[in-house]
Amino acid sequence: RCQVSAAAPGPYPKQVKVVEVGPRDGLQNEKNIVPTPVKISLINMLSETGLQVIEATSFVSPKWVPQMADHTEVMQGINKVPGISYPVLTPNLKGFQAAVAAGAKEVSIFGAASELFTRKNINCSIEESLERFSEVMAAARAANIPVRGYVSCVLGCPYEGKISAAKVAEVSKKMYSMGCYEISLGDTIGVGTPGSMKEMLTMVMKEVPVGALAVHCHDTYGQALANILVALQMGVSVVDASVAGLGGCPYAQGASGNVATEDLVYMLNGLGIHTGVDLQKLMDTGTFICNALNRRTNSKVSQASCRL
Amino acid sequence: QEPQASGLPEYIKIVEVGPRDGLQNEKVIVPTDIKIELINRLSKTGLPVVEVTSFVSSKWVPQMADHKEVMRGIERHPGVQYPVLTPNLQGFHSAVAAGATEVSVFGAASESFSKMNINCSIEESIEKFEEVAKSARNMNIPVRGYVSCALGCPYEGNIIPAKVAEVSKRLYSMGCYEISLGDTIGVGTPGSMKKMLEAVMKEIPLSALAVHCHDTYGQALANILTAIQMGVSVVDSSVSGLGGCPYAKGATGNVATEDVIYMLDGLGINTGVNLYAVMEAGNFICTALNKKTNSKVAQASFNTGTIN
Repeated sequence: RCQVSAAAPGPYPKQVKVVEVGPRDGLQNEKNIVPTPVKISLINMLSETGLQVIEATSFVSPKWVPQMADHTEVMQGINKVPGISYPVLTPNLKGFQAAVAAGAKEVSIFGAASELFTRKNINCSIEESLERFSEVMAAARAANIPVRGYVSCVLGCPYEGKISAAKVAEVSKKMYSMGCYEISLGDTIGVGTPGSMKEMLTMVMKEVPVGALAVHCHDTYGQALANILVALQMGVSVVDASVAGLGGCPYAQGASGNVATEDLVYMLNGLGIHTGVDLQKLMDTGTFICNALNRRTNSKVSQASCRL
Repeated sequence: QEPQASGLPEYIKIVEVGPRDGLQNEKVIVPTDIKIELINRLSKTGLPVVEVTSFVSSKWVPQMADHKEVMRGIERHPGVQYPVLTPNLQGFHSAVAAGATEVSVFGAASESFSKMNINCSIEESIEKFEEVAKSARNMNIPVRGYVSCALGCPYEGNIIPAKVAEVSKRLYSMGCYEISLGDTIGVGTPGSMKKMLEAVMKEIPLSALAVHCHDTYGQALANILTAIQMGVSVVDSSVSGLGGCPYAKGATGNVATEDVIYMLDGLGINTGVNLYAVMEAGNFICTALNKKTNSKVAQASFNTGTIN
């Protein structure tokens, strides 16, 4: 036994920015193609919940991601509520230009801490992917458009297995230096635990200020909220989540993917951390999209609350 | 063994409650031989404690009607404890006659819950338990005390930490060697867990405390993490997350042992338990019950064929 009484956990940030990725990351990993009007309704409903950031769609070729084929219509169709940011994914300059033409005011680019994952996913090396992004960065800077950077596989890779924290720090630093205002660290296959989360963040925080960091945890192994808790304890105050836990894991058939926004907000509420999000409205939105997708919610808060 | 995060226990004792708490809350009545097989399999996983059954009237808990046969039928592995529930002196005597060498008593931090569950006040229930504790002491039989509704009550709602501390202290003073604090309806969060433990730790030594978290709102692992960060080193869980919540139809109940072990392994904390063996025991009982596992680790692992 180490100590008679360990230090109490905390302190926690007073507020957390919740980045809602359901309409993009969530729907992208759902089997059923969602009609454009439903996507627009989903985003409009999310805009009423108090969420400040809602990832709307992805300007990627419909050949690769059929679910996001209607990116232009979605972008043009949604209510853009003042004060809410609607970032979109832009894998390259072409996507960036289409996004801006469709009205996007913020974009995201996706890097990875794993060479093999990058190769399998976008058919190039990490270095090459960053070179492609530098084109987007230059255009974004010229247009005064903020860019968010994602790093995938930060706690493990479906191909490489273990990922070194130093590699995550290296890729994060490069993306931050390129001009990304925020780096979202993604546990893409959900294998991370509070142990690996802490180790990884310790390294990344040497290179990127904690105020510019976000965590994007998948709940495939049930570890998401525990991992997020540790990230908060280390000073991270931006957390990605997906309404109703939309989006399975493409690497483990039938397994869950994104952490549910409802479950995250429930935890943050319990910690007295301010998010500005109305949990009931969020649950109602989750119910809406699950009905539209004809599927059960992945949110435990939603499951429990409906029955009480 | 060096813990990765300072202040975490080096070893955590897992108390497996699947065969009792888990099965008790499953709708399907499980045949005696299946129960015995489950317990025998769990005995081989490295789990130090397996809660076997409940010596309660079969009129109240039909699932546990075969308590004598189960107690007598299981293999008793050296180094494994096999506690049983004994709500009163009659149950205690019956348990001892059937070969029990450890018993548990169940108190609650809520008057309403106590009345609705066992039809008497907290004080009256404590008196009954004192009779059991006295007999147990004479026979050198250890007694574990449970406190239900430690983080909230389905009838009373909020439960004040001081009440939890008070009931815990009564149980500890009468001779319970360990007090398991139960978030019976899973409404707790790291915030309420911390406040409750701070109050209880004023009255009970840390080494005598356990947490029994339900995952009804998806908060269990985050709550367990908080508890172990505060020095708690005994955690209750249920293989496959057996046992729904009787207060929220269709919602989940117990946290899955597999998911807890995955987290503790990732934190470098020793449990002595073989995760894969637990998953196999979980697979056995889910097949027998014709139900899907509630363990995300099991879901993910059986679908990819690998464990990270």
